[in-house]
Amino acid sequence: MINIDSLELSYGDDGFRLSIPHLKINDAEKVAIIGPSGSGKTSLLKLISGILLPQKGEVSIAGVTVNQLSDAGRRDYRITNIGFIFQDFELLDYLNVQDNILHPFRITQALKIDAQVRSRAKDLAEELGIANKMKRLTDTLSQGEKQRTAICRAMMTSPKLILADEATGNLDPSNKTKILDTLFRTTDKNNATLIAVTHDHELLDRFDRVIDFKQYCDLGAK
Amino acid sequence: MIDSLYLAWRYIVFNRVKTVTLVLCISLVSFLPFALKILLNESEHQLMSRASTTPLLLGSKGNSLDLVMNSLYFSKEKPEFISMKAIEKILDSYLALPIPLYTRFQAREYPIVGTSLDYFEFRKHSISSGRAFAMLGECVIGADVAASLNLDIGDSILSSPENLFDLAGVYPLKMTITGILDKTNSVDDKAVFVDLKTTWVIQGLGHGHQDVKTMSEPGAVLSRSDNLVTASAKIKQYTEINLDNLESFHFHGDSSIYPLTAIIAVPNDQKSATILRGRYLTEQKNHQIVRPKQVIEDLLSNIFQIKEFIDAVVFIVAIAMVLAIFLVFSLSFRLRQKEISTILHLGCSRFTVIQLIVAEIMIIVLFSGALCYAALLVLQYFQGEIVHQLFIS
Repeated sequence: MINIDSLELSYGDDGFRLSIPHLKINDAEKVAIIGPSGSGKTSLLKLISGILLPQKGEVSIAGVTVNQLSDAGRRDYRITNIGFIFQDFELLDYLNVQDNILHPFRITQALKIDAQVRSRAKDLAEELGIANKMKRLTDTLSQGEKQRTAICRAMMTSPKLILADEATGNLDPSNKTKILDTLFRTTDKNNATLIAVTHDHELLDRFDRVIDFKQYCDLGAK
Repeated sequence: MIDSLYLAWRYIVFNRVKTVTLVLCISLVSFLPFALKILLNESEHQLMSRASTTPLLLGSKGNSLDLVMNSLYFSKEKPEFISMKAIEKILDSYLALPIPLYTRFQAREYPIVGTSLDYFEFRKHSISSGRAFAMLGECVIGADVAASLNLDIGDSILSSPENLFDLAGVYPLKMTITGILDKTNSVDDKAVFVDLKTTWVIQGLGHGHQDVKTMSEPGAVLSRSDNLVTASAKIKQYTEINLDNLESFHFHGDSSIYPLTAIIAVPNDQKSATILRGRYLTEQKNHQIVRPKQVIEDLLSNIFQIKEFIDAVVFIVAIAMVLAIFLVFSLSFRLRQKEISTILHLGCSRFTVIQLIVAEIMIIVLFSGALCYAALLVLQYFQGEIVHQLFIS
């Protein structure tokens, strides 16, 4: 369960201010976050994952107050418990698909690559339809394939929380549906919580809950 | 660390052009000072090893370095000639054994060294196959000459004309190989040794031709009297010396003024050396006697002064290169800011990011080191030849 209490974040010269008095997201819930550009949707994901720290309030996940962890603690927590799908996929162009999927395991002591991990990477890639692209560099992939690679990477640690920032943003309608199907399927399989920032209103009815961020933000001078 | 090395390796392979450029730059800057040191050490070794075993060298007054380089290393710079009288003078003194040297001519690109058999004994050379030269027109060749020209005992080698356009010059002499020296790892491996008189034949001071007294071809004899026969150019000159024509070879003029380029003087003892040097310092106007070791030491001190200057230049270039490489890396990491922030967002620690960067630099430096080392090994393999070509020839 994710609990956000009295959270306040402000930054920038234009006086952006995000204020969330209370927000609770249940385990295995699929939540869509909508709102105008610059309303702090991505900031919320970063606050939940510990990339950003609030000026006030707290964010707790399954009883762990993320913003009170040390810098190293937040990183370890993030890499082992949270799957983050970034807006622009943020795949590394010098690694092939397989290495991108296994990347989180190579950049932390908390995770180790073994036969089981490799097997899981293979299974996930098969499930997402990119098993035959494992040796390809990401530059040679289509948008959909890149997105599926990013999902694979996020799912590799079997996280209980998946944060997806515009996961379907750059895709055509048929691919959007496919990606969302995949995301939902893999999330369900792990019984994970999904928080997805999206602008695609036609997809909203598939989520358990939709949170409109207009209520939480003050865009300041904008 | 293995994972960091793996990721760094993938990055390096992906950016192979940048990597190769960096590796080449670092290798080159590292290679230069080491290469210079290797070449200078080898040149010092080559120059000194021969100079220190040659006690005294007598030659014409003039550039002592030219005299030493020509006499010890058969360089192409030839000193003024001295005459055979100088040999007699040393012999008469009973102070030293004189070993004549006449290094004016070449066979192909190899120097022909006119000397006596004492030379081989003095240099402690042994003949691996065949025998030493025993008569006019015979030669002993160095091991490298035999190998590179694929020559063996019984084969022959032609002397090269000094000037291709000298139509009136003497014919090249076809010399028979009677012996091949053991490999000596010195310039003697690349030389053709003949008796002093053979070099005078090459020069044209001695020659062999048809017997003018018995010649019957019309026009071959211009005039004939009781004591003198004047032959025309029709007379057949021998370009090869063998047992059949050996007796026809003869020398004209006063042999005591026949030329030499130098004389190695092997003194009986230290005292004899001192006396001999003293005599030439005080008495001789046209000759100089030098200690090759001293001449080479002077040369090396000059070379090492230049080396110090080159070292300073290389050092400055190395600093400039290090700064340039630092700039390349810092610009590269600035360009990779997004990638680094992705890694951090995924949960990577800053220490791991530094580890990745260090791994990349380490791989590049290792490759550069390996390339530099390989180049230095190649240089070491060819150092003798390179030094010979650069500093001696």
